[in-house]
Order: sequence, then C-alpha cells, then structure tokens
Amino acid sequence: MLFIRRAKQGVHPPDNKNTRNMAIQKLDAFDTITIPLDMQVGPGCDPLVAKGDTVLVGQQIGEPIGGWSVPVHSSVSGLVERVRIEILSDGETAHYVTIKNDHQYTVSPEVKPPQVNNKDDFLAAIRASGLVGMGGAAFPTFVKLNPPPDKKVDLLMVNGAECEPYITSDHRIMLQYPEEIIQGCQIAAYWLEVKDVIIAIEDNKLDAVSTLEKAVLKLQDRYPDIKIKVRTLPTRYPHGAETVQIRKLTGRVVPKGGLPFDAGVVVQNVQTVRFIATYLATGMPFVRRIITLDGSALNHAGIYDVPIGAHIDDVIVAGGGTKSPPGKIIMGGPMMGKAIDEIDRPILKHNNTILVLNEKDAVLPSETACIQCGACVRACPSQLLPHELDSAARRLDLATLDRDDALCCIECGCCAYVCPSKRHLVQNIIIGKDLLLSVQKKGRTD
Amino acid sequence: MLRVSASPHIRDPRTTKGIMLDVIISLMPALVAAVLIFGPRSLAVVAVSVAVAVITEALSNLVLKRKQTVNDLSAVVTGIILAYCLPAGLPLWMVGLGAAVAIGAAKMLFGGLGDNFANPAITGRIFLAVSFGTQMSNSVVLARFAKTGTEIANQAAQLASVAETDLVTQATPLAVARNMVDGSIPDYKTLFLGTHAGTIGEVSILALLIGVIWLLIRSVIDLWIPLSMIVPTVLLCWAAGGDPLLHLLSGGLIFGAFFMATDYVTSPITARGKVIFGLGCALLTFLMRMYSGMPEGVSYAILIMNILTPHINEWTKPIPIGGSKSGK
Repeated sequence: MLFIRRAKQGVHPPDNKNTRNMAIQKLDAFDTITIPLDMQVGPGCDPLVAKGDTVLVGQQIGEPIGGWSVPVHSSVSGLVERVRIEILSDGETAHYVTIKNDHQYTVSPEVKPPQVNNKDDFLAAIRASGLVGMGGAAFPTFVKLNPPPDKKVDLLMVNGAECEPYITSDHRIMLQYPEEIIQGCQIAAYWLEVKDVIIAIEDNKLDAVSTLEKAVLKLQDRYPDIKIKVRTLPTRYPHGAETVQIRKLTGRVVPKGGLPFDAGVVVQNVQTVRFIATYLATGMPFVRRIITLDGSALNHAGIYDVPIGAHIDDVIVAGGGTKSPPGKIIMGGPMMGKAIDEIDRPILKHNNTILVLNEKDAVLPSETACIQCGACVRACPSQLLPHELDSAARRLDLATLDRDDALCCIECGCCAYVCPSKRHLVQNIIIGKDLLLSVQKKGRTD
Repeated sequence: MLRVSASPHIRDPRTTKGIMLDVIISLMPALVAAVLIFGPRSLAVVAVSVAVAVITEALSNLVLKRKQTVNDLSAVVTGIILAYCLPAGLPLWMVGLGAAVAIGAAKMLFGGLGDNFANPAITGRIFLAVSFGTQMSNSVVLARFAKTGTEIANQAAQLASVAETDLVTQATPLAVARNMVDGSIPDYKTLFLGTHAGTIGEVSILALLIGVIWLLIRSVIDLWIPLSMIVPTVLLCWAAGGDPLLHLLSGGLIFGAFFMATDYVTSPITARGKVIFGLGCALLTFLMRMYSGMPEGVSYAILIMNILTPHINEWTKPIPIGGSKSGK
C-alpha cells in the first residue's frame, strides 16, 4: 500500500545538476596560485622550493613526510613568491607555496611516463603522481591500491554515483573520457589482482551508463580476465557513500570503524581511475582537476578544468562573477561539503565543487525542540537513532554513544537535512564520535 | 563576511510549524461538520479551548523563562483536539480548565513540546471526565437530528416542544449498544455522516476521513498506527458479539486512531513499534468498550500506550548496520 511503506533510507534533495549538459572549459588565466602542501588524509609535505625559485608545470615542490604522504607538484610555471605556514580551513597548519604564474605553462622535464614492471613499480608511480581520492575524501590512492595482506579483496568498485546535489564533474568526465576510465579500471584491477569491477552510477545519469557500457565493449579484450559491469543505483542520497554503495550493490557490510577492505572491496572514484590511466600514459602528475562551479550567488554555473592552487575568488571571476554578494562558499556538495572562511582559499586536489551561495541561502533556520517524529531514523542509511545520539552527544554521554554504535555513522547528514525541527543532529554526532574515539584511543571510558 | 557552518548546508523545507499547520488543516472538515451537527455552540467550545491552550503555553514560557514557543502552533493543535473530545454543551469554564491542564500540566511542566510523555489533549479530556463526570457524559446534538433519529415515543413527545436549533441530550450509540441507557442506535449512514450525539469532533467519520486524506497526501502520518489500532478493535468487538460497523463508525475510534494515537511525541518511532502501539491500543479499547463500566475507552487506551511508548521504543530499536549487534 502506498502509505504503509518501509522506511526508505536516505533523502532526495533537489538535484540542481545545472551543469549536467555543459562541456568542460579550461581556465588558465590565473596570475597567482597558492598550493598547500597538505591536501590529503594524513600528514602532507615539506617544501622543496623557496622564495625566488623558478618552477615548472609538474615539478615536485613538496617532499612527503609520512608513510601515507604523497608529493605535491606545481600546477603552473613561474616564480615562487612566498613559502609560509598557514592555518587551513579545517584548523590544521600546512606550508603554502605561492607561485607567480608566467602563463607559459612550461612543462617540467621531470614529467615522463613512469616505467611499471611490477606491483611495487605501480604503487610507487601512483604515489609519485600525488594522487589522492578525487571524490572528496582525499585518501591517498596508493594506500587504497595496496590492501593489507590479511584482507582478501575481490572487487573493485568504481564510484560514479555522484549523489550530492549540484556536482557534475564525475558525470561530465564519464561522458567525455569513457575510454580512459575503463583503461584505468583495468589497470587498477590488474594490479589489485581482482577479476570483478563494478562501476556504480545513479539512474539520473543513464547517458553515462550507456557511454561507459560502449567503452567496456570496445576495450574488454585488452584484459579478458577482468569483468567490468556498469550498475545503476536509484537516485537517492547517499548512494555515493562507499559503505552504502557496497551494501546496495553487493549486500556486503563494512563493519563499524572498518574500511571497504574489510568487506573485500576497494572503492575508487571515477576521476581517480581515469587519472591512473592518463598518468601512466603521460607522466603528468596530479596538478589539475575538474570542478563544478555553481550556486545562487553566481551569474552562471559552469564546469571547469582548473590548476590546483587557483584561488577560488579568481575562479569565480573567471567563471562569470557573482550577481549578489556571496554569503557562504562551500568546498564540495551541500550535504557534506566544507564551508570555507576566506574567499581566496585555493582549489585543492579533492575539491570537486565550489558552491557560492547568496546571503539568503547561507542562513540556516534555527533549532526548535525535537518532536520525536522519527524522520531522522527513517532517513539514516546506517539505521541509527540520530535524535538519541544527538542528545547523548549534547550531554557528553559517551557510554550511550558507544552502546548505540555512534561510530557506525557515516556523517552523510541525512538526519539534519530531514529534521523538521532543524536540529543539528549530524553535527553533534560527529563531535560525539570524535570525543568517543579520542577517549578510546587513550584506553579510558570514564 | 562569509558564513561558516558544519554540513549539511541545505535543509528540507518541512518545519515543525508546517506539520502542525497541516494537522490544523486536516481538522477543519470536522469543524465544519461540528457546526452543522451541534450548532455555533461547538465553535465556542473550540475557540475557548484553543485560546486557553495558547495563552497557557505563552504564560508558562514567560513564568519558566523559556523561549517563547507558541509560534510552532502545537498548542493550537492541542486546543482543537481537546475540544473535539468534549460534548458541545460543556460549560465553557470547564473547557478552559481542561485546556489549561492539558497544556500547563501535561505539556509545559514536563518541558514543553517533545518532552511530554502523554498526549496533552487526552490528558485534558481525562482530567475533565474524572472531575466533571455528569457534564462530560451529557452527550447532546441539535434537536433536528435527535427528532429524526428517535423511535421511542416518550422521547419524541418531549422533543416536540423544543426548537430544531436547540441542543438536546441524546444517548450515544455505544452507550445504547451496551444497554447502559435507553435509546435507539442510528443507521450506518447516520453514523458515517455523524448526525447523532457524541463529542464535537468524533462524530462525522466522513469529515474526519477527508482530513485523513490530507494528512496522508502531506505525509504527516503513515498508516501503521491507525490500521493496527482500528482493524483489531473492530474484529475483537465483532468476535465478542458486537456489531463491527457500529464499533468502527461510532465513538472515538477513527478520531483517536488517526489524530491522537499518531501524535509524534507520544507514539513510537519505528514501524514495528507503531504496530505494537496500535495493537495495544486496540486490545485496551476492546476490553474497555466491551467489559468496563464505560461505553468508550479509546482515550484511556491511548494514554496507557503513551506511557508504554518509551519501552516500546527501547524494544524496537533498529540494529545499526555494521554495528556490534548486527552479527557481522
């Protein structure tokens, strides 16, 4: 019956995929760019250049300092104006390298296709390329492509769901570069030693599904052992979240606090696998990316290929400027993106979207009392009780947070989105999770 | 200056106030029916109940130094629902007292909207039934409807002398069915349209169902609680020798199941919990209707299940995916 339905997890916010039919435009005319040397999960890099040095496109400017760190490269050619330590929008500090662009885009002689003869060569090459997950989490790709030996991985999931509103960069990449994506899938699957690849796409991008299916047919003979399937998911947020996607398409469950490895799966974004193919062919490291630029304060939306480190205010101007003063700028989609504090922040490696909202859209409604309506419970893709976790987090009740599996929260924000009382559910749950994790690390429960 | 906040940066347009407004809209067909069946006096009862409910909430917030919350319209909903549970002839000061108890004692003293464990309107109604039993059980209807429905000679003779637009006392169908009072049971059409004695809002099933359609279209309620409450009640009463259609169409079953038992705050959250809640309401309603000293038991049944709701929520907690209890 129509009105007796099982809870349909997730939410369906307005799509706003305004740029879905736009071709990718290249933007290059940036006088100054600023490249942070930490654009990933885990520690970043120390600078390899100093004020006054000349740099070229693709030249390494950051030296990894940790086991997970990947190098950072210059995205333009020009003169290093400044190297300084700055506070990032997430509160961490990192070296910022400011480069005056000579607009020549002279490519460094360092840039040449890597020699890959074995798996170690492959992982070293992926690390040297500076690649981190391009879907938004910035997890270093070479770590993901090297599962721990005790985890048996048998599936590569390539994520093209793009379930967040506004974002179209994955969609456009799938339409414009399908063969590079399929090649990237094959290469990644080959070195991961898996036979099955699933490309997951929401059913609002059926054109991308058919484009990729054609590319699979054309290229499958190169690696006949590797079976690539393009699978559709219903259009519903958060089907792009890896744990949800794995469950929907394979029935496997990623345990609390675990990674897709624990369910035998490696998940990569479509742009990440495409980059693997282009990098192995050209040797050009991760210095540019595709972003969707959209939002109510803009004159018009667009989808752009920009150098990493381009200042967001310059990108907005190059993309047609604003019609009203920006009230909020979000790096990423409206459901999980981060609001940034200054308009001249640089574009980062994992930055798929810049949303520029006007004053009206920037103001969120204030909280009222929870009316126990259960909307958050029905929306939660992890089957949690967000309203109870929220109240436990507010009273710092770590025992309840632990008992009710707060660590299963994937931070998708569905609960706060649907709440008619506009309560800050996911926001408080994230704080509660952090507290719980820090206490658990110390081995205390008091 | 850029605003900075944690994600998500968009919100669903639905608000608490919007939900309350939908409930108010869904209650309007029954108000029209009430004015037709009980005359303008019913409107006065509703007006007093709503006014006192809103004023009580506003004053409580002032006295308790809380943020003013009357704008969320929940007190208006409570006021209307309480009035709908009252007979049209109830003295207005009693109506006001009931509304003050509903909001003041059952809602605000427990912390306001969302923190009350019992449905405020039901608590107000039961307070009045216990305090003013005679007046509360004095069910009335406009004389024009009592005249057409009366076959008993001496009642018809009494009714002949009153004007058609006066309120006259008439036995409720359920009281007649239990042989508690003399009277006749109206036919099913009369029961469905509601032109017989009863409380202001419960009588017209037609008007209530129009409101229910609005609630379903707007997804304010789902059918777990109403169906798991109504269907077993009717079947149980039938099995115990009652007339199933009479039990479906008379008394507060339809009104209670759709408009009171579905109150978010005092009913369980998950579908499983809602079914348990509805079945519990059904069993208690059946027992009270068939075997207690009262002809009707819907509001008591809902109140008792309200009290059990936190426990039902605890028993029916969903198992988090990937969590320690999921068996993985």
